[in-house]
Amino acid sequence: MAATKASKEQKYDRQLRLWGDHGQEALENAHVCLINATATGTEILKNLVLPGIGAFTIVDGHTVSGEDVGNNFFLSNNSIGKNRAQAATELLQELNSDVSGNFFEECPDKLLDNDPEFFQRFTLVIGVQLPESTCLRLGSVLWSASVPFLVCKTYGLIGYMRLVVQEHTVIESHPDNALEDLRLDQPFAELKNHIKTYDLDSMDKKDHSHTPWVIVVAKYLEKWLSEHNCQPPKNYKEKEAFRQLIREGILKKENGVPEDEENFEEAIKNVNTALNATKVPTAVEDLFNSEQCNNITAPTLPFWVMLRAVKEFVLNEGHGSLPVRGTIPDMIADSKKFISLQNVYREKAMQDAAAVFKHVESLLQSVGKPPESISEKDIKLFCKNSSFLRVVRCRSLAEEYSVDSVNKDEITSCMDNPDSEMVFYLMLRAVDRFYQQHSRYPGVYNYQVEEDISKLKLCVNSLLQEYSLNVNIKDDYVHEFCRYGAAEPHTVAAFLGGSAAQEAIKIISHQFVPFSNTFIYNAMSQTSATLQL
Amino acid sequence: MADAEEPMAVDGGQMDGGCDWDGRWNHVRKFLERPGPFTHPDFEPSTESLQFLLETCKILVIGAGGLGCELLKDLALSGFRLIHVVDMDTIDVSNLNRQFLFRPKDVGRPKADVAADFVNSRIPGCKVVPHFKKIQDFDDSFYRQFHIIVCGLDSIIARRWMNGMLISLLTYEDGVLDPSSIIPLIDGGTEGFKGNARVILPGMTACIDCTLELYPPQINFPMCTIASMPRLPEHCIEYARILQWPKEKPFGDNSLDGDSPEHIQWVFDRAQERAAEFNITGVTYRLTQGVVKRIIPAVASTNAVIAAACATEVFKIATSAYIPLNNYLVFNDVDGLYTYTFEAERKENCSACSQVPQDLQFSPSAKLQEVLEYLTENASLQMKSPAITTTLEGKNKTLYLQSVKSIEERTRPNLCKTLKELGLSDGQELAVADVTTPQTVLFKLNFTT
Repeated sequence: MAATKASKEQKYDRQLRLWGDHGQEALENAHVCLINATATGTEILKNLVLPGIGAFTIVDGHTVSGEDVGNNFFLSNNSIGKNRAQAATELLQELNSDVSGNFFEECPDKLLDNDPEFFQRFTLVIGVQLPESTCLRLGSVLWSASVPFLVCKTYGLIGYMRLVVQEHTVIESHPDNALEDLRLDQPFAELKNHIKTYDLDSMDKKDHSHTPWVIVVAKYLEKWLSEHNCQPPKNYKEKEAFRQLIREGILKKENGVPEDEENFEEAIKNVNTALNATKVPTAVEDLFNSEQCNNITAPTLPFWVMLRAVKEFVLNEGHGSLPVRGTIPDMIADSKKFISLQNVYREKAMQDAAAVFKHVESLLQSVGKPPESISEKDIKLFCKNSSFLRVVRCRSLAEEYSVDSVNKDEITSCMDNPDSEMVFYLMLRAVDRFYQQHSRYPGVYNYQVEEDISKLKLCVNSLLQEYSLNVNIKDDYVHEFCRYGAAEPHTVAAFLGGSAAQEAIKIISHQFVPFSNTFIYNAMSQTSATLQL
Repeated sequence: MADAEEPMAVDGGQMDGGCDWDGRWNHVRKFLERPGPFTHPDFEPSTESLQFLLETCKILVIGAGGLGCELLKDLALSGFRLIHVVDMDTIDVSNLNRQFLFRPKDVGRPKADVAADFVNSRIPGCKVVPHFKKIQDFDDSFYRQFHIIVCGLDSIIARRWMNGMLISLLTYEDGVLDPSSIIPLIDGGTEGFKGNARVILPGMTACIDCTLELYPPQINFPMCTIASMPRLPEHCIEYARILQWPKEKPFGDNSLDGDSPEHIQWVFDRAQERAAEFNITGVTYRLTQGVVKRIIPAVASTNAVIAAACATEVFKIATSAYIPLNNYLVFNDVDGLYTYTFEAERKENCSACSQVPQDLQFSPSAKLQEVLEYLTENASLQMKSPAITTTLEGKNKTLYLQSVKSIEERTRPNLCKTLKELGLSDGQELAVADVTTPQTVLFKLNFTT
């Protein structure tokens, strides 16, 4: 029975409050491919099926072993001997009837041999516990097809993720602690006029105490500027003096004791950030200077067209500033004063967005596209988020692995710190090398642990030598990785499962910012690191 | 990643229990039966550790919701079989996006029961015992039976209660803590894309109350804003909930039920009217529900991460396989993935675990009301509705108690009396009871001039 829209709203309510209906729509239109239904793989998929991914396809040529069932919630012991893709699909599908689950009983290598275009249909491919050769082959195919690729591996107590995406744009990054866009350092005309309508000195107590702090700061700033040669307070001393100036403006009772004026206290508290210079963030400036922004053609994606339009706005109507965001924080004020102040910012934001809209139209026309191809709604959203735009670009796996372009600096500088997680990346690379040479992982059987230590150490040394990495890896790590015996403990797989799934959701929804480009989790110390490789 | 066709990868005999199959515990056994360079100093490789997990180690999971479901799965797949789970809630449709042990047909049933059934049937040999109860329904004899307790709660009050309970189980001999009386507490919490996991060894490491300032008190909107100066859509919703509902009693004497669509619709309609009056935009049904129910957004992924970190710690502590987290992990995946691990410090005069009587500094002419406000507003205490008793002339006297109507009415006049008028003297001991702790907290009154 298909879920009604209302029941889906109820079911997904808690996540809709994070990524909205449009984020959910993107999720429901996505088709994700998982390669290898190991515990790590099924945990990742579980966290995509539960929130309602449109469809998933598992590609796995393995048959289910007793060991597989032992750490995997989505395999049961009566599926031992059956194909793992099929077995896992059944139990994952059962989690959410809104989702469509599919499987292919095939090794990814075979698919790459016979039908490499198979992978082009997916929104995202997640490869789990892949040997290096398969990973690199897949990476190359997906890079050419511009399909995002997320590589995940649980190896003993270490979790590893690598994101491979050429260019991922984010309009709604939802930053945690964004600074407000109040323009007090350069009030636009309508704001100036609105501030003029206030005369603090002639107000009665009620109005005085319920004037928004933004107006209070603006008024006292005007006073300061007139007394300081149009120079705003810059250093701590001056800001302190400015705060004191505001404090002296607090009404006093007949006995000289200051009244309780919370709005003035708010003004004083906000002096620090309120006087920040309005400027285009460096990250956005960099985007303005990028090739995609300056070379708009017919196939150019809307993100870059809108960005270019905003750039044109900044150079023209914006007088060096981004479109006004249009939101203000709550502050002590009576309803009327607050709403009218809020409207000043809102109307300016609409005006600025309309100007950006005109630039979008003319850009589209210049490349022969209909002006309606980018909606007003999208442009408004873009303008509102213009300070927070982000673009994530990851190097290809080929670049990471090539001797010519390996990121030696990142590796050696991290390895200078004895606590760095970089050593685990190198060990995983060494283990991959071991697998290539011996067609097995080190220490899988008890009797192998001791003797594999020296073999693995050879792999470590050949790895460091091949890449001319002048770093030292303690023997303890070689021993530990032999000890792991390629185990995939469930709790580490589950940690990675949650982490990877959310990164996948970020890629699919284009909301929140994905990591770039390598993430290592160490369950021994409960620490993690993000590396650029 | 061992090839499936190969024989059992870890050399060892068939486990008993009858329901195990070849290779079932291979992933776990490598950490119990092999020596390693990073293991806990107390660790000794042995085939008996797995037996301990499967047959003896008793774990209590508190909460069968977002974290609880994940914890049960994680523990079961790590070898734990004797698991109890406590949850006082029933299943709601909005749980289904992350509480994966529940299905649409289970809506309305107790979470603990459904969760236990699911895990026991999916993981052969696992014996999860459910308790559809509040944690306060159990006493020390219940909690004492567990080796480790792991919490997936959504309430700070409940956490503090649990924390207090485990502290009350500690025994001291000649002032020295008996280590066998310590039950480790692993606590996890999540909100949207943020989460934390911590390891608490009661009596030894920082407890919940030691770091109470990490949980700033929930801010409610000031009444004057709601009543006469709304600015945000939230203010309009609170107006309908706090002022209009009790006045108009639209559904009789019933209190507002956040789970009733009719109730929410009523609040929504009234909130929209109020918003229109003040030209405020943004009142939506979703926002109304969120404000009335104080909804915290939640997704499967964050719960998966935090529960996994907690379960890893349970495993480490139960097996001494590795040194446990010392002692607080913070996680945030809004922008990339961020973790921060640090050692939360014990508070010397912690009201829960320091055994030091708490200091109350007041002038003898201060009113009891001031003491009450201090107990609720102080960031380190954050009591909810403290009941204050003392001994006067050899007899137990209740100075103020809120939770029983008749006693509240009888003792309310005391709030306006000064401490001197109430007969209290310098150095007087006050015993304070509150929902945040299972044991009374002792305070010592210090008169200031």
